[in-house]
Amino acid sequence: MRRVGVVALNTFREAVRDRVLYNLVFFALLMMAAAIVVGQISIGIEDSVIVSLGLSAISVIGLLIAVFIGVALVSKEMDKRTLYALLAKPVRRWEFLLGKFGGLVLTLAVNTAAMALGLLLVMLYVKHSLERSDAAVLVAVYFILLKLALVIALALLFSCFTTSLLAILYTAGLYIVGLYVQELKNLPVDVMSPGAAQLTKWLAYLLPNFENYNVMALAAHGRSIPGALILQNTVYTVVYCAVVLCVAAVVFSRKNLK
Amino acid sequence: MPGAAIEIENLTKEYPSGFLHLKKKTSLEGLHMQVETGEVFGFIGPNGAGKSTTIKLLMGLIFPTAGSARILGKPISDVEMHRDIGYLPEQPYFYDYLTAAEVLDYFARFHDFTAADRKERVERLLKKVGLETAKKIQLRKYSKGMLQRVGLAQAILHDPQAVILDEPMSGLDPLGRREVRDIILELKRDGKTVLFSTHILADAEMLCDRVGVIVGGKLRGVGAPEHLVDMKTQGMEILFELTGASSAPLLSKATRTGERYRLQVSEEELYSAIDQLRAAGARILSVSQVKATLEEFFMDLVEADRAQASAVEVSGK
Repeated sequence: MRRVGVVALNTFREAVRDRVLYNLVFFALLMMAAAIVVGQISIGIEDSVIVSLGLSAISVIGLLIAVFIGVALVSKEMDKRTLYALLAKPVRRWEFLLGKFGGLVLTLAVNTAAMALGLLLVMLYVKHSLERSDAAVLVAVYFILLKLALVIALALLFSCFTTSLLAILYTAGLYIVGLYVQELKNLPVDVMSPGAAQLTKWLAYLLPNFENYNVMALAAHGRSIPGALILQNTVYTVVYCAVVLCVAAVVFSRKNLK
Repeated sequence: MPGAAIEIENLTKEYPSGFLHLKKKTSLEGLHMQVETGEVFGFIGPNGAGKSTTIKLLMGLIFPTAGSARILGKPISDVEMHRDIGYLPEQPYFYDYLTAAEVLDYFARFHDFTAADRKERVERLLKKVGLETAKKIQLRKYSKGMLQRVGLAQAILHDPQAVILDEPMSGLDPLGRREVRDIILELKRDGKTVLFSTHILADAEMLCDRVGVIVGGKLRGVGAPEHLVDMKTQGMEILFELTGASSAPLLSKATRTGERYRLQVSEEELYSAIDQLRAAGARILSVSQVKATLEEFFMDLVEADRAQASAVEVSGK
């Protein structure tokens, strides 16, 4: 695992030096503008508007980084052939892959934590105090991070067997489909043919369920988020990421580099 | 440690080609070869001959269609083998956001060195490859030759038993080439095994105990450079200057370079040619034997391969 850590830390360093964290400036400006504007146009619901806007921004910015940099994690190393010298060291391909995943998760964890802190500061500015119920915002941020980890794993998987452009399209497409998995589960299977019903059932379980991570409405209204959901989402993310990364490792371990 | 450091048996690499990948293109065909422990082995061939394919197969960057290989007694699929081997990729490229010292430290972390050991090795290697003064500059600002030096440094950073270098002289100026040659000779003195690919035949002749010539994905000859080529003297070359105007008949056969002339004659004709030249007022500067070079051997193989390929093409039509 030491070698995984070495790759992860270098991936983090790469993200920092490639100015990935500059998005924080954009987020800070957005939240400052929102704090000023929201106070003038919304009466009584400033805090929920700020929370919704802040969490949406954290999610969108994180998703953009997860998809675009997630796809580039491996493909860039293959295209630029920086991977050649690295794989000549005593490091296994799956260790490299896991390190890359860990490095970007670490980057996004730092990024998301910084944005969450910014959001809390704006909430403090707007509400003049923070309450115990505001902890739901932190849980919502944690769910966003879990979601981003899953998106990175998918981006890594796709980048192992297709071009960067297609990998971006597949990852983004699967994310959008994953937002509607609950609708797939609610389809009236009794009016379908047995084959279609079975397929729908399997798809509903196999596709990543991104809807479960969305607790923005609860957080915006200061409602508590059940502990069972926190546990469920954590376990779901860990297991799903592990499976996706295992498949990615198998594909990547058999790949002929150019 | 006697015996072969690198053993290659029937190594073959085919790539799918064509729109539906139904055809196959053979990059390397049934390669059998051994590199003995402690020798410098040159892998020579024209571009696209299969040199880099062989090296990538040895390093596990691509996988063979058939055959196997062992390095230092371990199969190439064994990642632990990489502890004792160093590799310089062709036209190496490294993380351009790192400095030379950082990239070497990064690679050193994959070995079990202490922080102090890593620091000492990085400093020593940067000095060895002549990058001591540029060690704090990000690699994005490095020239091709400087990147080649970084590549060489990372290949020997962990003091490997076997070093595999893919076109190590590529992109280097004459001074850089000289330094790389010195490093290869130093590795040899330290008892390391060196396999390097090149299409610069003079380097191979100068450095290698043995060379393997690969053309069209097939190994066409292995041996010491002087054994590969026909060692029989092909004639004598007389180098001379003319002190005044002269019209000796032999002069029409000589080649003029500046103020000097070169004349090739057979061994039997040598003394009579010297007499004629002296009579014509020539000042003889040197007389040397003319032997076949590795380049001629190499060119013969390449020409034969091209002729065979075009013959197949014609018969195919």
